[in-house]
Amino acid sequence: MIRVDGTGKSNSLIQVRGLDKTYRRGGEEIQVLQRLNLDVDKGDFVAFMGPSGSGKTTLLNLLGGLDVPTHGSITVAGDEITHMSGNKLTQWRARHVGFIFQMYNLLPVLTAFQNVELPLLLTKLSKSDRRKHVETALGVVGLADRMNHYPRQLSGGQEQRVAIARAIVADPTFLLCDEPTGDLDRKSADEIMELIHRLVTEHGKTVLMVTHDPVVATRADTTLHLEKGVLVEGKTSHESVMAGGAA
Amino acid sequence: MAIPLIYNIRSVKARWTSTIVAVAGIAGTVGVFIAMLSLARGFRATLVSSGSADNALITRAGATSEMTSGVSLDSVKIIQDAPGIARGANGPLLTPEAVLMAPIPLRSTGTDANVELRGVSPNVFAIRRNIKIIEGRMFQPGLSELVVGKNAMATYSGLTLGSTIGLGSARWQVVGIFDAGGSAFDSEVWGDAHLLNGAYNRPDTLSQSVTVHLASPAALQQLKDSLTADPRLNVDVTREIDYYSKQSTRMTMLITRLGGFVALIMAIGAVFGALNTMYSAVAERGREIATMRALGFGAAAVVISFLIEALLISFVGGGLGCLAVLPLNGLTTSTMNFQTFSSLAFAFKITPELLVKGIFFALTMGLIGGLLPAVRAASGPVASALREL
Repeated sequence: MIRVDGTGKSNSLIQVRGLDKTYRRGGEEIQVLQRLNLDVDKGDFVAFMGPSGSGKTTLLNLLGGLDVPTHGSITVAGDEITHMSGNKLTQWRARHVGFIFQMYNLLPVLTAFQNVELPLLLTKLSKSDRRKHVETALGVVGLADRMNHYPRQLSGGQEQRVAIARAIVADPTFLLCDEPTGDLDRKSADEIMELIHRLVTEHGKTVLMVTHDPVVATRADTTLHLEKGVLVEGKTSHESVMAGGAA
Repeated sequence: MAIPLIYNIRSVKARWTSTIVAVAGIAGTVGVFIAMLSLARGFRATLVSSGSADNALITRAGATSEMTSGVSLDSVKIIQDAPGIARGANGPLLTPEAVLMAPIPLRSTGTDANVELRGVSPNVFAIRRNIKIIEGRMFQPGLSELVVGKNAMATYSGLTLGSTIGLGSARWQVVGIFDAGGSAFDSEVWGDAHLLNGAYNRPDTLSQSVTVHLASPAALQQLKDSLTADPRLNVDVTREIDYYSKQSTRMTMLITRLGGFVALIMAIGAVFGALNTMYSAVAERGREIATMRALGFGAAAVVISFLIEALLISFVGGGLGCLAVLPLNGLTTSTMNFQTFSSLAFAFKITPELLVKGIFFALTMGLIGGLLPAVRAASGPVASALREL
């Protein structure tokens, strides 16, 4: 159950309380997030929408431990991450977060197999176990036959599927998707969203996704809108589509 | 676990055009570094190989070289009866020697250069046993005949077998060519000591040095004790190999320091080349680095990865530098021997140890050039870099 009023149960998988994020730009303070609350349970699929500059990506970076809030707390599976040191946060990311980026962010000099294997290099798995995991992940995204291809030899949709395999291969606690279909045509975007949806429904993954696209947002269980630095509940994903896009 | 090495290898390969600047800079620097050191090694090896552990050189006490030494005929007579000197069928194996300089035109330029003339005893080959006549024959005592070292023959005009040359007040015929195994003697011209002294109006009763063949290498101390304790003598006794080793020190140091200075200046340039290459690598791969950091690779892993990449580039540069100078090995050149003011031919001597030093030098340049860019790679903001195009 996703809540944004700060009254969620204490054992929520992700619990955000009173989150503030302020940037300084040329002596001016820009408050992007203000007293933001959020509760996400295991297996939830939530989409964040909002106009450009509303703080969607900032929120995603904070949830993924890539940035630190000005105030407030983020607790994931019982771990309060906002006060972790840089090294500890890096280790936490490796264990708990699977990232899916708009531009896929695959390493161009590595094959699909090697890209997917990267997160496993941070585990204690043996080489043969790593191979099994990578083959499984690539099988889930339907690219078992492309594992020796380099990113430049794949289509955009295939690249994003490799990125998804990389995100799920180490079985993270949750997936963070930043405009996962933003660089794809409609057909490829639909395939990617179908895949992410399957990860939630069939594999029980928890997914938090930022998107501009209301059609994409309909695949989420809940769509939250970022308005003036806070999350607003109320519109379902379907209503967003009918309203014609971002708030 | 670290970022896989294959990432660095393939990245270097993919960016070979910008990598080539750093590789070329490091290769050039390592090439000069090894060439200079091999020059110093060659010079030292040439002089050191001139000496033998079985021989002792006797000079006037306090003399720093044969050129500043003088041993009288009376002293020679005392020396030849001293213990520790090997004896042959014709008596003690010793050669009182006169060392002179003569200007002879170089084959290459036609300009005069000093050649070391050595007046020796006819039994000199029994004392310096690693030297052999390879063409012609030994000079006959009492005749104006010369035997010429093979490098001297190749370097100077008029020293081929059978030719005659005017030296001092006499004309001399070249009757033999000798091979001294690449030592300094190969650059010398030898003749009868009495006749050479006469041709240059020098007293026949004075030699510059006396070289003796020891009864055994261990007999040096016995000879030394005997000669230095004798109140009629004022001499230093040195094992021949130590004498030549000491003679090489000044020039070797000069070449090494000069070469080191040149290599250092070039190294500074090469380090900037490596810095430039690595900074551009970091700048071009900002999003890749941020992605790896987002995936959970720590700052240390990124620093190590980029340092390895810099070391990889410098290793390739170092290897190419080594390969580039290898053809110099054995190539003969000549320089002034400041101890005798004569021209000395010697060969570049590139040893495996020098090549290893060259590689380490290259890796040091890579390490210095890679460190700052590697730290920058690890310290950049991850969140914004992830969205870089």
